[in-house]
Amino acid sequence: MKSISLFVILLGLWLLMSGHYSFLITSLGVLSCAFCVYVARRAKLIDKEGLPLFFFPRLFNYLIWLFKEIFISNLNTAKVIISGKIEPETFTVKASQSTDVAKVTYANSITLTPGTVTTKIKDNMFEVHALNSDFGNDVRSNVMDKKVKWLEGDQ
Amino acid sequence: MDLFIDIITGLCFFIGSLSIIIGACGLIKLPDVFSRIHAAGMIDTGGTAFFLLGMILQTGWSLITVKLILIGVFVFFTSPVTSHVTANLARKKNLMPVGKKIGKLL
Repeated sequence: MKSISLFVILLGLWLLMSGHYSFLITSLGVLSCAFCVYVARRAKLIDKEGLPLFFFPRLFNYLIWLFKEIFISNLNTAKVIISGKIEPETFTVKASQSTDVAKVTYANSITLTPGTVTTKIKDNMFEVHALNSDFGNDVRSNVMDKKVKWLEGDQ
Repeated sequence: MDLFIDIITGLCFFIGSLSIIIGACGLIKLPDVFSRIHAAGMIDTGGTAFFLLGMILQTGWSLITVKLILIGVFVFFTSPVTSHVTANLARKKNLMPVGKKIGKLL
């Protein structure tokens, strides 16, 4: 089941990237996708972590929210850099997600919003560096944590 | 209509270049490695997102649009990883960030 969905994703990507649809080239593309799936199966890469399918249904909503958040914190970071009022702070937050993929998504989302960076990860504690106490409060309020927990669903 | 799209594209490029310039200023101005990563993150997200948006508006609907979106997706997946690796290495070498430390650090 997972192999089939990986094959479909790879083939879709191939079709979008190539732009040539003659019989020979398309059949070569299908063959290479099948070979990739075979190699991934042999290397036992197709598991919950390699292909987090349980993310996909809610991913779109999450991404829209994340883009909005990135835009807002971009503005705030620009303000902080121009005004020069920086009070960096370092603190730890707890991640409530159960799977590793969701934890990685949470840490990546923290780093992706400018103004906050995840500097260290140990089990389910993240050490976060923030440019300002406003950015720090954003992370400490656990809004993003809950969003990623929702994205993960009940795993 | 063409003029309208051109104006929006110009606006996107303007905001993109503005955020890259501010990010570059931040890279010089901020005090330590950890703070400078924030400025680099601004270039990664704000700069690339607005430039790609402008280019997407210019190409209209074609395969090139899909490729531009894919560039965006890959940048959005890889840039936080590089930021995290930089910050993590600095912490591993026992470099402490400037400023307040709240609670016990890892």
